[in-house]
Amino acid sequence: MAELKQPVTEKPLPEGSAEKASPASLRAEDFGIDTTARTTREAVRDYVRNLRNGELGALPALAGLLVLFVLFWILDTFLPQGSGGTFISLGNLANLLQQGAGPTIIAMGLVFVLLTGEIDLAAGTASGVTAAVMALHFVRDGNLLGSLGWPVFILFALVVVVAIVLALVVRIWVAAVFCAIALVLLLIGFPPNAWLEMLFAITVGVVLGTISGFLVAELGMPSFVATLALFIAWQGVLLQFIGEGGTLGLRDPVIFAVANGNLSTLGSWLLFVVAAGGYAFVLLNRQRSRRRLGLVAQPTGLVLAKVTAVVVLGAIATALLTVNRSPGAIEISGVPYVVPIVLALLVVGTYVLDRTKFGRHVYAVGGNREAARRAGIDVVRIRAAVFMISTAMAAIGAIVYSSKVGSVSPTAGGGNTLLFAVGAAVIGGTSLFGGRGRISNAVIGGAVLATVQNGLGLLKQPSAVVFIVTGLVLLLAAAVDVASRRRSATATR
Amino acid sequence: MTQPILALRGVNKSFGAVQVLHDVDFTVRAGEVTALVGDNGAGKSTLVKCVAGIHPVDRGEIFFDGEPVHITSPTDAAKLGIEVVYQDLALADNLDIVQNMFLGRERGNPWMLDEAEMEQAARRTLASLSVRTVTSVRMPVSALSGGQRQTVAIAKAVLWDSKVIMLDEPTAALGVAQTRQVLDLVRRLAEQGLGVVLISHNMADVFEVSDRIATLYLGRMVADVATKDVTHSQVVELITAGRSGELGLARPEAVTI
Repeated sequence: MAELKQPVTEKPLPEGSAEKASPASLRAEDFGIDTTARTTREAVRDYVRNLRNGELGALPALAGLLVLFVLFWILDTFLPQGSGGTFISLGNLANLLQQGAGPTIIAMGLVFVLLTGEIDLAAGTASGVTAAVMALHFVRDGNLLGSLGWPVFILFALVVVVAIVLALVVRIWVAAVFCAIALVLLLIGFPPNAWLEMLFAITVGVVLGTISGFLVAELGMPSFVATLALFIAWQGVLLQFIGEGGTLGLRDPVIFAVANGNLSTLGSWLLFVVAAGGYAFVLLNRQRSRRRLGLVAQPTGLVLAKVTAVVVLGAIATALLTVNRSPGAIEISGVPYVVPIVLALLVVGTYVLDRTKFGRHVYAVGGNREAARRAGIDVVRIRAAVFMISTAMAAIGAIVYSSKVGSVSPTAGGGNTLLFAVGAAVIGGTSLFGGRGRISNAVIGGAVLATVQNGLGLLKQPSAVVFIVTGLVLLLAAAVDVASRRRSATATR
Repeated sequence: MTQPILALRGVNKSFGAVQVLHDVDFTVRAGEVTALVGDNGAGKSTLVKCVAGIHPVDRGEIFFDGEPVHITSPTDAAKLGIEVVYQDLALADNLDIVQNMFLGRERGNPWMLDEAEMEQAARRTLASLSVRTVTSVRMPVSALSGGQRQTVAIAKAVLWDSKVIMLDEPTAALGVAQTRQVLDLVRRLAEQGLGVVLISHNMADVFEVSDRIATLYLGRMVADVATKDVTHSQVVELITAGRSGELGLARPEAVTI
C-alpha cells in the first residue's frame, strides 16, 4: 500500500480557527475534511442536516418524554379526577423510577437481540422462571429438591446440563461457565442468601437463553417461532414451579431493597460525582485524544455544553432525590438503588456495543449477515450470544420487578411483559429490522412507557384507557421510525 | 515483461459431471490491469472463486510470486494478499466506512477497539487512492451512493497490503459519473503496483482501463492479449465464437469437447 500521508494538523487548534488552518487542498470534497476539528457551528449544522435526512436517533422519544411529563403535570394538577399534583411530587418521581426499572432492564437486554434482526419472545416468561427459581429457593430454605419433587428437580438439572453442552457446542465458554454455576447452585442446596439467590437467578437466565440461542443460531429456526414456543413452555414451567394460584413472598431485606431501597445522602452524591465525573472524563478525554491524532473531533464548546448539561441536570436530580419525600413520619430520601443499577447496565451495555469487537460484530450481523460471514465473523456465535445476554438481562429485570412487588406469582414476566419491553426498545428508536439501535434507546423508551402508565394511573383511568394510550404511543413511535427511514432512504442518495 | 504476481497453469475445475474450466492458463502481472472477459457461463466467476479459495481446483497449479501455492480457503488467499471485491460488495449498511473497512479484522484489543488507529489507516488508504467523493469516513454506508460504496469496497480490499485485487463487475450497477470514479480508481490501483483483475461485460470499460485482455470461452482460455493489439470487434468475436482471425481457437474442427 502506498504511503501517501495526508498532512495532519499537528497541534489542537483554538476554537473557530479550524476553517482557516486547514490547507486549501484539503477543503471541499475530500476525506481531508475529516482531519481537523470542526467549529461548533459546523457541528450543529451537521446535526441539523442529519435530522433532516431522517437520522433522528433518540430525539423523538426524548421529546415525547418531555411532552408527556408536561402533559401529565398539567392534567394531574388541574383535572378534577387528577390527584392535585401528585404526579410531579418527589415521591411519585422516585416511584416512577422504581416501577420502570424492571421492564426497562428487560428491554435493554432485548436490544442486543433486536440489533441482530431477531426477536426474543421468550425473555418475558423466562424472566418469570428465573424469579420463581430464586423465590422458591429462598422461601423453601434452599430446598429446591423438596419443593419441586424428584422428577421435576431431575428434569431441571438435566436441562441445565443440556444447556452446558449447548453452550459448548456454540463455543461460548462464558455461558458454559454460567450454566455450570447454575448447576452447582442447584445441586448444593445452599442456605437462603440474597446475593447467592440473585446470582442463581441470573445463571438460570443464561441457561434459558442458551436454549433459545442454540435453537435460533445453530439449528437455524426462525427466532419468532423458536422463542414463541419457549415463551409458552416457560409459562408452563413457571406454573409448575409456583403452583396454580400460589404466590411466593420475597421477604428478605436485601432483595426488597433492590427496587425499594435508596442510597444514603452521601451515597447519592458519591454516585453523582462518579457518574457525572466519569461522563465528563470520557467525553473530554476522547475529544482531546482525537484532536491530538488529528481526527475530526467535536468542538470544545459543544463538549463542554454537553458535560455542563449532564452535570447540572444530574446535580438537580440528586439534590431533589436526597430531600425527604415521605408524607408520613418515616423519612424517605436518597437516590433509589435502581438508578445506579440501570446506569451501570447502561454503561456496560453501551461499552460492549460501541467499543468491543463483539459489539461491532453484533451490528454487522444485523446490518448484513452475509457480509459479516464473509468478513470471517462467527455469525452463529454472535447470534447465540445475544439470546444469552437478553435472557440474563431479563433475569436481572426479574429480580428488580419481583423486588418491587415483594413476591413472585405465576403471572410474573407473563402477559405483556415482553411485548412492553419490545415496545420500549422501539419507542426509544431501536429498529426491528436489525442493525440500528442503542441500549440508551431502551432506557428512554422504558421511561416513556412507565410515565404513560404512572400518569394515567394517577388520573384514575381504567386499564382500558391505559392500554389504548400505550398502544397509540407505540404506534406513534413506529410511525416516526417509518417516516425517518423513508427520509434517510431518499435524502442521501 | 515483468514477473507475473499470480499465474495459473492448466487449471481444471468440474462441478459434478460439468467441467467448467478446461486447462486454463491465466496470468496477472503487478502494475497491470488484466481484464477477464467472457460470455455468461464462460467460467469467469468460477476462475475467480478458485483463486479466492472458495472452490478448490481439481487439477493444475497456482503460482504466486513465482512460488507454487495451494489455496484451499479464503483465509489462504487473504494471507497471500489476494482480495476479491464481489459484485454485491458485502458491506453492512448500518456501519460507517471505517467500521466496514475493518470488519472482521478490527485493530486493537477485542475488549477495547482502537478506533483512532483504524480511522487513520482508513483515511490514509482512501487518500492514497485519491478518493475525493466522500466527506467523512464516519458516514454510514447507507448514506453513500453506488459508486462510493464500490469505492469503499475496493478500499477495503486495498487496506490489507494486498498484492492482487479481483473486481467482479464493479461498474455493472453504476451510472456514468460513478463508473468514471471507479475506473479511475482501478487504474490507480495498478499504478500503485497491484495486480488487478477486472471482470466486466462492458467493452468500453475494458478497453479504457485494461492492459491485457484474457478471454474465456466455454471454460477455455482462448486468448490472453495486450489490449492495444486487439480491436473491440475482435474481442467481441473471441467472447462469442472463441476465435477471431488468427486469435483464439485455431479452427472449429480442432475443438474437441
